[in-house]
Amino acid sequence: MSLPTDSASANPQAGATEESRSSLAALLLDPSFWADWASVVGLVGLVILFGATSPVFLSIANLQALLLAAAILVVLSIGQTFVVATSGIDLSLAASVMLGAVILGLVHAAGWGIFAACVAAVLATSAIGLLNGVLITTGRIPDFVVTLGTLSGITGLGLIISGGEPTMVGSTFLLKLASGKFGPFGYPVWVAIAAVIIAHIALYHTRFGVHLLATGGQAESAAALGIRTDKVKLAAYTISGFCAGIAAILLVARIGSAEPQINTSLLLNSVAAVVLGGVSLFGGRASILGPAIGALMLTALVNGLTLLSVSAFYQPLAVGVIVVLAALIMRYQK
Amino acid sequence: MSAAIHIPPSEAILACEGLSKHFGGIRAFTDVAFQARRGEVTAVIGDNGAGKSTLIRCLVGVHVPDGGEIFFDGKPQPFGNPDEARKAGIETVHQNLALIDELTVAQNLFLNREIVRRIGPFALLDRKAMKNQARAMLSRLSINMPSVNQRVRRLSGGQRQAISICRAAGSGAKLVVMDEPTAALGVQETANVEALIRRLREQGVSVILVSHNFDQVRRLSDQIWVMRAGKMAATVRASETTGNELVALVTGAA
Repeated sequence: MSLPTDSASANPQAGATEESRSSLAALLLDPSFWADWASVVGLVGLVILFGATSPVFLSIANLQALLLAAAILVVLSIGQTFVVATSGIDLSLAASVMLGAVILGLVHAAGWGIFAACVAAVLATSAIGLLNGVLITTGRIPDFVVTLGTLSGITGLGLIISGGEPTMVGSTFLLKLASGKFGPFGYPVWVAIAAVIIAHIALYHTRFGVHLLATGGQAESAAALGIRTDKVKLAAYTISGFCAGIAAILLVARIGSAEPQINTSLLLNSVAAVVLGGVSLFGGRASILGPAIGALMLTALVNGLTLLSVSAFYQPLAVGVIVVLAALIMRYQK
Repeated sequence: MSAAIHIPPSEAILACEGLSKHFGGIRAFTDVAFQARRGEVTAVIGDNGAGKSTLIRCLVGVHVPDGGEIFFDGKPQPFGNPDEARKAGIETVHQNLALIDELTVAQNLFLNREIVRRIGPFALLDRKAMKNQARAMLSRLSINMPSVNQRVRRLSGGQRQAISICRAAGSGAKLVVMDEPTAALGVQETANVEALIRRLREQGVSVILVSHNFDQVRRLSDQIWVMRAGKMAATVRASETTGNELVALVTGAA
């Protein structure tokens, strides 16, 4: 990304002048700085790039649309962050969103109220998360295998119970949720902001957060100090499932129907946002703001490329390149 | 031989009688009697495989012994797991130190006994209080640490050992058990950790020390227990023994 040029241009300037500059240069030359701030640097870089090349990109309307489009991914990235912080991974995340959406649609179609439908969706996805956690901790099966299995299982389940047909969800509540605004942002953006704040507090200001990072960092040491690492993992996967449920509601509100087709880019992008956000895939090191900004960055990338009339076929390629680059920079993280 | 020294039970913080442990057909130790006196540093020495680590693990609840009795603070205490031992007041400094690299010094010192403030139904970490108390814990044992906000990953082996010991001592433990605390350390760091153990003793904390290093054991401890081939072979006052005698006791040449 913009890494080599920035650090190179700052360096000679600093070396020639005073000491205060050289500490800035040292910071800019320190790869771990770039690793910690990859998502912010990437976002700023993309905003400058797209702002310069497309006059529409920085318009208020487009920025609002961008944030709206990012809300679902932000919520999912938060769920993924909790799992990755325990040195696990939740591959069933996007499939859970799909199943949650299908259940929401079917419960609503069956004549229950929209609130009951939403609660049912969140309960179902949370239960999937819990099931993942149980299989991983008591079943002693690797997280990768378990969530790959549930990915396939719940994708099939969604197709079976929906008959493979989308269900229209006509609800004024969801319509308002999708299109309503409070202040400068639409409601989904506020949902995402609330999720970021709650998750940030849970991670940094509660015992659970510390135990989560300890479990992900050195599970044996954490267990030796009496931390119930299995329960912590169960909670992390359940939180991930819960986030999938919230995302399912936002998704159904956005498109107005429950689609049984799995959106694979959501899964990959949730992992990508977590990596961009500086969360260690080996666990023990996490933040919430990082992945949230990573999610914004990935959405900005798609948005910008679309504005520049780049074919949609190039978008996964661009995401892939950026994620691998970010992972390379992560190696220098201290 | 252990019967030769008569310690009144009230003086023993931790004691065991007739303790045995085997794993399948392999005998770790049999019929072991052992006592650690209150306020003293008690060392357990022995060759590799003599059974000293397994004995310690039985005493702190990691293993459940097959026979015999354990007394802590004068009362029979069969610990089912290390958590029970910890709640009773026995802290163990694990050989791997049980530190979390990515957490800070303060977070490690308060791991699983974090200080929280209650706000309505929520309990939020009181990070300021933990940092302040962490600084107090470190300075009480004269441990030099650049900052309690430092990640443990960046610390040296001696500093890590110090943090682990400080955590064990800082929780108000009556007894701190250390398994080879200086095995992986350099000369200067070993000296620092030894000074730390002396300060613990000065503050009235009882210590059980497992070590290979006879000189260190004579420098640090009050009472030395010698294990050989799964038996408690001897016990001597540290002030009344010599390095040669310890070697003889450990090898069985005496």
